[in-house]
Amino acid sequence: MSEAVSSPPARTRSDFGRSVRRLLREPLGLFGLSLVLLVILGAVFADLLTQWDPTRINPRDRFLGPSAAHLLGTDQLGRDLFSRVLHGGRIALYVALVSTAISLAIGIVLGLIAGYGPRWLDNLMILLFDAMKSFPTVMLALALVTITGPSLTSVILVVILVNVPGYARIVRTQTIAIKSSEFVTAAQSMGASTARILRVHIMPNVIGPLVILASMDIPVVIAIEAGMSFLGLGVRPPTPSWGSILNDGFGQIRETPWIAIAGGLPIIIITLGFTFLGETLRDVFDPRLKGRG
Amino acid sequence: MTAAPILSVDDVQVAFPVGGLLARDAILGVAGVSFEVRPGETFALVGESGSGKTTLARAINGLQDISQGAITFEGVRIDGLGRARMKPLRRRMSMMFQDPVGSLSPRMTVGDLVTEPFRIHGHGGRNLRDEAVRLLNLVGLPADFAGRYPHQLSGGQARRVGVARAIALDPALIIADEPTAGLDVSVQGEVLNLLNELRERLGLAMVIITHNLHVVHHVADRMAVMYLGRFVEVGETGTVFAAPRHPYTAALLSANPEPDPDRARDRITLPAEVPSLMSRPSGCEFHTRCPWAQAKCAAMPPPAGDVSCHFPLSPGARPPPREDRP
Repeated sequence: MSEAVSSPPARTRSDFGRSVRRLLREPLGLFGLSLVLLVILGAVFADLLTQWDPTRINPRDRFLGPSAAHLLGTDQLGRDLFSRVLHGGRIALYVALVSTAISLAIGIVLGLIAGYGPRWLDNLMILLFDAMKSFPTVMLALALVTITGPSLTSVILVVILVNVPGYARIVRTQTIAIKSSEFVTAAQSMGASTARILRVHIMPNVIGPLVILASMDIPVVIAIEAGMSFLGLGVRPPTPSWGSILNDGFGQIRETPWIAIAGGLPIIIITLGFTFLGETLRDVFDPRLKGRG
Repeated sequence: MTAAPILSVDDVQVAFPVGGLLARDAILGVAGVSFEVRPGETFALVGESGSGKTTLARAINGLQDISQGAITFEGVRIDGLGRARMKPLRRRMSMMFQDPVGSLSPRMTVGDLVTEPFRIHGHGGRNLRDEAVRLLNLVGLPADFAGRYPHQLSGGQARRVGVARAIALDPALIIADEPTAGLDVSVQGEVLNLLNELRERLGLAMVIITHNLHVVHHVADRMAVMYLGRFVEVGETGTVFAAPRHPYTAALLSANPEPDPDRARDRITLPAEVPSLMSRPSGCEFHTRCPWAQAKCAAMPPPAGDVSCHFPLSPGARPPPREDRP
C-alpha cells in the first residue's frame, strides 16, 4: 500500500483513445462493462421497464412466484420484486458514486496536505488514518448508526470513513515521491505558490492511478450498502435496497427462494462487473499498478 | 568590468545538520565562498561531484537556506528573504535544472511549460499562445512543438524548452545547473551556442555549473574551481586555462581530454579519494591529494585570495614532489 509509485508517464489524447480501444478488446473488460451497463441502464430506465410501483403493497398478491406479470415474483407484502430490484439499483449506484466521489475529494486533499506539509503533521495524519483503518467496518457502521440513526446518509458516511484513509495514504505516498522531483523544484524556483504546485504539478500525476483504484473499490461500497441495509442500518423501509430485499427473502428462503435470489443476484452481477472492469482499466491504463488494490 | 555586480556572494556557508539528538553536528556543503557576477558576464563554477556546486546554486536561487554570509542580487540582500518578498526577484533570476526532461512537468504541454512563468507572475494582457510561439522561436523550436508533452521530446529539445522557460520573463541572470548533462556532444554544442547567442541578444548574466571543462572554455568569462565546498582558484577563464596556479586546477585541466592526440601531455594524477566532508583534512584541505604538498600544507590553512595555495604553480616551473611518497 505504501510503496512509492513514481510519477506515471504523461498521456496524450491519442494514448487515451488507444487505451479505450484496448479495453474494448479485452474480453474480461468488455464483459465487465456489459454487466455494469446492464445495471446502470436498468436503474436509469426503471420506470419504463416496469409499470409496478416498487413500494406499493398488494396483500392479495403476496409470495407470487416469477411469472410474465411479475418477472421476479412478489415479496411478503405483494410488492413486485423486479421493480424493487431496478429501483434498488438506483440506491446502490447513488451510494457508490456519491460516496466514492466524496471519499476521493477528501482523500486527495488530506493526502496532499500530509505528503507536502511538515513532517509532524504527516506523522499525526498517518496515525489518524491507521487508527481509522483499524476499525472493523461493521463495528464502525454500528457505532455511527447509534449516533445518527439508520439512513442513506449514514451509509454514505460509513463508506467515506472506510475509504478516505486508504485514498489519503496513496496520495500522500505519491506526493512525497513527486515533491522532490526536479519539475517541482523548478516550479519553486519560478516562484510558484504551494497551491499552484499541488494543483498543477502534483495532483495530475496522482489522480490517474487513484481513480482506477477507486473504481475497483465500488463493489466493496455496494456490498457495504447492501450489508448495512440487510442489517437494518441502511435505507429505511419501504425504500427498496438490494440488502433489504435479501433480508425480506431470508426468512422464507426455503418456501419462496426467489425473493432472496432477486436481492442477491444484482449484488453478484454488479460486483463482478465492476471488478472485471476495474482490473482491466488498471491493466490498460497503468500496468505498473498490477497486483495492487 | 567596472559595472556594479548584478550578483554578489559574500562568504556564504551552507550547513547540513547530521547525527541524532545527542551527537548533533553539521557538515558544510558550501564552506565560505565569495564571488561577484557583473551584468552580461558568464561565470562558471567547476568541480567534481559533491564539491558543493549545486548546493551553492540552490542557495543563490533561495531554494536552500544559508548558514552564514550574504547574497546580494541587483542591490537587494536576498538570503533569508521570505518567499513572498523573494517572488518579484524571481522574475529577474531564473534557474535551469540538470535533468532536461525531468525538470519539465510530465503532464503539461510544451506551450504551457514555457508560459508557466507568466501564469505565476502575471502576463499583463499578453496572449500566452503568441508568447509560447515567440519563445519557442527564440530557442529554435518550431511552433507546433507547443502541443507536445515532455516525454515526446529528445534531450536536446527538452533542454531548449528549459531555456525558453528560463528566458520567458526576460531575466537579468540565469543560473544553469549542468546545462549539457545527459546530452550527446553535438547537441551539447548546439545548446552552448544557443546560450551564447541568447546571452548576447538579451544581455544576460549567467552562472553555469558544470564539471565539463570544454563547456567552461566555450562560454565562461570567469571561472571558479570548487573543492570540498570552497573555491581553490578564481580567475579569467583564458588565464586559468593557460596557466593554472592551484595544483587542483592543474590536475583537472590535465585530465581534460584534448582533441589533438599528438599534443604533448603531462597528466597529473591525483592519489586517494576525495576526503569526506565529515572529516575535513587539516591545513590546506587539498594536501592529502596534492602531488606537491609540503609540511606546511598540513599545518596551516592556505592564504585567502584568488588562489588558495601555499605554493602556487608558476608557468614552466614544477615544484619538487612531496616527500612522503616516492
